Amino acid sequence: MTIDRQAVERQAIVSGIGRSATGRRLNRPALDLTLDACLAAIADAGLTPRDIDGLTSWPDQAVPFGFSGPRVSDLHSLLRLDLSWILGCGDGANVTGILGIAAHAVATGLARHVLVYRTVTESTAQGTGRRPAVMSQMPAPWRTTYGVGSPAQLAALWARHHFDRYGTTREQLAWVALNDRRNAADNPDAIFRDPMTLDDYLTTRMISNPLCLLDCDVPADGAFAFVISHADHRHDTERPVFFEAVGGGRPMTSSWEFWPDLDVMAAMKAADQLWSRTTLRPTDVDLAYLYDGFSIFVLYWLEALGFCARGESGPFIEGGTRIARDGDLPLNTSGGQLSEGRYLGFGHAYEAFLQLRNQAGPRQVTDTQIALVTGGGGPLAQAFLFTNDR
Amino acid sequence: MPLVDDGSRDFWRGGADGRLLIRACAACHRLFHPPGPVCPHCYSRSVTSRAVSGRATVASYTVTHRGWVPGYEPPYVVARVVLAEQPDLHLLTNVVGCDPEAVHTGMEVEVIFEQRTDVFVPLFQPVA
Repeated sequence: MTIDRQAVERQAIVSGIGRSATGRRLNRPALDLTLDACLAAIADAGLTPRDIDGLTSWPDQAVPFGFSGPRVSDLHSLLRLDLSWILGCGDGANVTGILGIAAHAVATGLARHVLVYRTVTESTAQGTGRRPAVMSQMPAPWRTTYGVGSPAQLAALWARHHFDRYGTTREQLAWVALNDRRNAADNPDAIFRDPMTLDDYLTTRMISNPLCLLDCDVPADGAFAFVISHADHRHDTERPVFFEAVGGGRPMTSSWEFWPDLDVMAAMKAADQLWSRTTLRPTDVDLAYLYDGFSIFVLYWLEALGFCARGESGPFIEGGTRIARDGDLPLNTSGGQLSEGRYLGFGHAYEAFLQLRNQAGPRQVTDTQIALVTGGGGPLAQAFLFTNDR
Repeated sequence: MPLVDDGSRDFWRGGADGRLLIRACAACHRLFHPPGPVCPHCYSRSVTSRAVSGRATVASYTVTHRGWVPGYEPPYVVARVVLAEQPDLHLLTNVVGCDPEAVHTGMEVEVIFEQRTDVFVPLFQPVA
C-alpha cells in the first residue's frame, strides 16, 4: 500500500470546542444542551453562527432512550445557518467517525467551518430505574432468541477469548477502570470521582462474566460540539489543533453476534489505516484516548495500535504505572466513559483537545504534542491522530 | 421469538425433525451462517440447507448475571460455539443442561431443540 504522507485530513484543524453541562439526570432537553455546546464551540473558535457553512452529526435519527440528539435539519433551521455542506450521518459515521467526515469536508473545500455535535440524554431517559439496552429495542432475532439484549454480553465474549487465549486476568483488566477513576478525581465534570481500589473492582457485581459493572460505561447527559475548519484558518485561531491522520474500516461483517474472529476487532484495520497515513509511530504518541465503552475494548485498541504486542495488553496496563498521567502513555486522562460518562467518544476527543491546548487544569499533562483518539469496539472503529505542533 | 422468514425457516424449524439445518452453498459446498441468499465464500446464488451433526465446541462464553430479555432469568450462559463440520462456522447460542459455572472454552457440546410455539430453537448441552 502506498503511504500517503500528506493525507488530506492534514488540511483540517479543530478551531473551537464546546461543552454543555454534563452529568447525571440533568433533566434538560437535548436541544437545549446542544445549543449550549454549539454556541460555545463557535464562540471559542472566534466565529459567529454566520461563519458556519458546514454542519454534521450522528446519529441523525430518533433513537430511543436518549441516545440521539437533535436532527441536523432542525438545528440548521433554528440557527438559520448559511450552509454549503450538510450531512446527517448514518452507519459509518458511528461513534467518532463524523470528526473525520467533517475534516474531509473542509480539506476538500466543500465547507470552511463545519460544526460537529453529539448529544446524549441517556441518563435522564433512564430515570431512576433500569432501562433496556438500546440494542434490545432493535429487531434482532439471532440475539434476543438467546437472551442477548446488551452489547455487554457480546463484549464479554471478546473478553473471555482474551482471558483464555492470552492469560489475561481481571486483576489486569481492572486497571482500565482504576486508571479512569484515578483521572476522574481531577475532573469536576466527571460523574464518578470517589476513589476506587482493586478490591472494590473485584467485589463489584458481575454483569456478564468476566465483565462486572465497573467494566461498563455510565449513561450520561450532555452535548459536545467542535468547529472543524480549513487549516488556512489556523492563524486566526488562538489554539489550533491539527488533524494528522484518520483511520477506519470494517472487516468481515457488520454483525456483532456473527463476528467471525474474536481475536480481532475492527480496531486492527482502523489502526493499520491510521499508521499508513502518517510518518508518526506509536512511540510518538503523548496521550492516548482509547474507547472504553467496555474496558475490554481498550486492551484490543492497545494491541491494534501497536503500543504492545498481541496478547500483552494485560501486563501492559497492570499496576497502572505506564498508563498514569505521569507514565509513558497517559490514558483517558478525563476519566473516560467508565467514570466521566458515556459521551460516545466525544468526551475523549474534548479532553484530547483540552490537553493539546494546554487547558486541562489540574490534570494537564506537560509537554504534549500528539494525541491519539479512538472510537468504537467490535465491528466499529475509528482512530485519529491530532497534534498542536505544526 | 425468532422472526422466521424464507432465509431462516430451515434453521428455526429443522428441530421439528431433530435436524440442525445450516445454509450450504450448492456450488462450493461450504456452510455459512447466518443464512442468506448468497454464498459469502464463492458468491454463488445457489444455496440450500444441509443437516449437520449438531456437535460443536465452545469457542467463548459469558455467564449473564443481569436480565435484559424477558423470559431469560439470570444466570444463563451465552456462548459462541464452532460446529464440528467447519472451523469458521459458529453460532451464537445458549449452553444449557449444566451448571453455568461449569461451562468453559473448549467444552464439547451437542445440539438440543427447545420448542417455543412453532419454532424449535437450537441450544447446546454438554456431550454426555
